[in-house]
Amino acid sequence: MTVHSLPFKNIRHKPSRTAALAVIVFLMAFTLLGGTLSVLSLQRGLAALETRLGADIIVVPDTAKSKMNLENIVLQGIPGYFYMDKECVDKIAQVEGVEQVSAQYYLASVSSGCCSMPVQIIGFDPETDFSVTPWIRQSYGETLGTLDVVVGCNINKLVGGTLKFYGLECNVVAKLDRTGTELDNAVYGNVDTVKKLIAASVEKGLNELAKKDPDKIVSSVLIKVKDGYNIDDVTDYINVYVRHVQAVRTKSMLTGVADSLGGVSNVIQILIAAVWVFVLILLFVVFSAMINERKREFAVYRVMGTSKSMLAKMVLTESTVLSFSGSVLGCAAAVLCVSSFSTVIENQLQLPFLLPDFGTAAICGLITLAASVVISSVAAFYAAIKLSRVDAGLILREGN
Amino acid sequence: MILKAEAVTKKYFRKFADKNYFYAVNETDFVLKEGAVTEIIGRSGSGKTTFLNILAGLLSPSSGRVMLGDTDIYSLNDKKLSLLRNDNIGVIPQGQTGLDSLTVLENVKLPYILYGKGEDADERAAALLEMVGIAHLADSYPHELSGGEVRRLAIARALMKNPPVILADEPTGDLDDENTEIVFGILRKAADDGASVLLVTHESDAQRYADEIYRMNSGKLEKI
Ligand SMILES: Nc1ncnc2c1ncn2[C@@H]1O[C@H](COP(=O)(O)OP(=O)(O)OP(=O)(O)O)[C@@H](O)[C@H]1O
Ligand SMILES: [Mg+2]
Repeated sequence: MTVHSLPFKNIRHKPSRTAALAVIVFLMAFTLLGGTLSVLSLQRGLAALETRLGADIIVVPDTAKSKMNLENIVLQGIPGYFYMDKECVDKIAQVEGVEQVSAQYYLASVSSGCCSMPVQIIGFDPETDFSVTPWIRQSYGETLGTLDVVVGCNINKLVGGTLKFYGLECNVVAKLDRTGTELDNAVYGNVDTVKKLIAASVEKGLNELAKKDPDKIVSSVLIKVKDGYNIDDVTDYINVYVRHVQAVRTKSMLTGVADSLGGVSNVIQILIAAVWVFVLILLFVVFSAMINERKREFAVYRVMGTSKSMLAKMVLTESTVLSFSGSVLGCAAAVLCVSSFSTVIENQLQLPFLLPDFGTAAICGLITLAASVVISSVAAFYAAIKLSRVDAGLILREGN
Repeated sequence: MILKAEAVTKKYFRKFADKNYFYAVNETDFVLKEGAVTEIIGRSGSGKTTFLNILAGLLSPSSGRVMLGDTDIYSLNDKKLSLLRNDNIGVIPQGQTGLDSLTVLENVKLPYILYGKGEDADERAAALLEMVGIAHLADSYPHELSGGEVRRLAIARALMKNPPVILADEPTGDLDDENTEIVFGILRKAADDGASVLLVTHESDAQRYADEIYRMNSGKLEKI
């Protein structure tokens, strides 16, 4: 036994006091880290969605009824499809201020190979595409051949396998990184692939909308606006002068998501603040109670010639050990919770949810750890100071 | 070592008809002799514990000073005063003073370990436990002990560093006659070995062991 082992003996022999303090700090760390990781994941999800879209304006047929419907299909990747005349692509490309256009093709299908729900099949033109290609590049360096598909990370099929749509076998050549949106459930192929699939679906009489020749239709046109042009002006121009289409600013679609994300983030932040205020009060109450409970014990130490600073060191060591372990456990639980429930959170909130990378999460964890240890040390220090103000002789008289 | 109180007073605040304070210890001069057992008796509430705590450096007096040898102990900072008490003053406080997180043996060793120089204190601690008759409880925890056993633990602990000054506040409060004899015997022996021993007690028996006896009466100390 040495002076240094005293705090550990106190921790071991007072299990309920130990547990109470550790649980409080656990709560602090858990809410702070869990909340922070959630907010970061939401922000990252939105950012991923933004880069994923990569376009300033999306043009769809005016038959793509409500904006909601549009958002569902374009943003959330919820399976659906619509088609318009291919001629409009050229018309749009002529519009003043348009830098780049690229058509996309949508098709929804059930595949016996992977999933029971229909998946969204998105076709893009490798010649002109600026939206999907950079993203696919991250997982697949080569050009996609006909009937080659790249799948979202939720599609339950390994690279090298095949997926069957409308009787056609497609080769899975790559799997995309997680975006945290429904786009993780989509399948991407080049124009030829999707046209073949559309043709196959029409042949089987399963595609009501595409009565036309697959060579003459597109589903949407993504537009990049030239620097120096006002995106709203270009959008308006297309809406007025190109017939049978509607142009939508991607930003304005995202504002809906961004708004609810802001709302959710605020709620989480308020929750963190509330828990911390509550826990802070609790900490001081618990430490005050602890002072009273341990007054006599400390007086006995003083009688034996323990100095105030030695006692303070003992209390601080105890609280640091406890808060450190409570905090580590809280952080671990938060990481576990947020990562294992991320899909549940995503579905519940209807928002993209993409976990931060390891480095960011580690930094958040360290900050949480430091914050909870510092706060409980402050509470412990306050307890120690309060105790040291009292003469041991006064304390020892009490309770006789 | 000689412990001296010079014109010590202790004032407490309490509501009375004419004033709101009283003196628990009136101006008192007192010398605790070396190699002797000095006894203070007195009614409950007469100020005995207050005075003993002042002598022990545990309670600052309202005025006056306490000298241990040539040192005015209340002029020291907390660190120095604590070290001085650890080295020189064995205090047996009134009431139960077992530390629950430590075994009986560890409780007794604690004064040694606080400023430990690495020597092994086990042997002396074990011998002291033997002396106060609770050697068989060495590995028990204080909450498992009877009141009298905890008191004997406190006595062994106060003697751990073989201090030149021993201040005992009703050390035999919970003990039976046999153990009371043993404890007084131990304190007597410490005095015979050169320690300055102060014994605060109700026991009239103790007078057999005392060299000098004082009575505390409403904060006034008088020799009898
Ligand atoms: N912190 C305090 N504040 C106010 N009054 C106090 C305080 N401590 C002690 N007193 C009073 O001072 C007086 C002396 O108390 P003290 O504990 O010294 O008595 P005692 O002689 O040791 O009594 P006992 O034999 O019962 O132990 C008592 O009247 C007590 O009520
Ligand atoms: Mg008393």
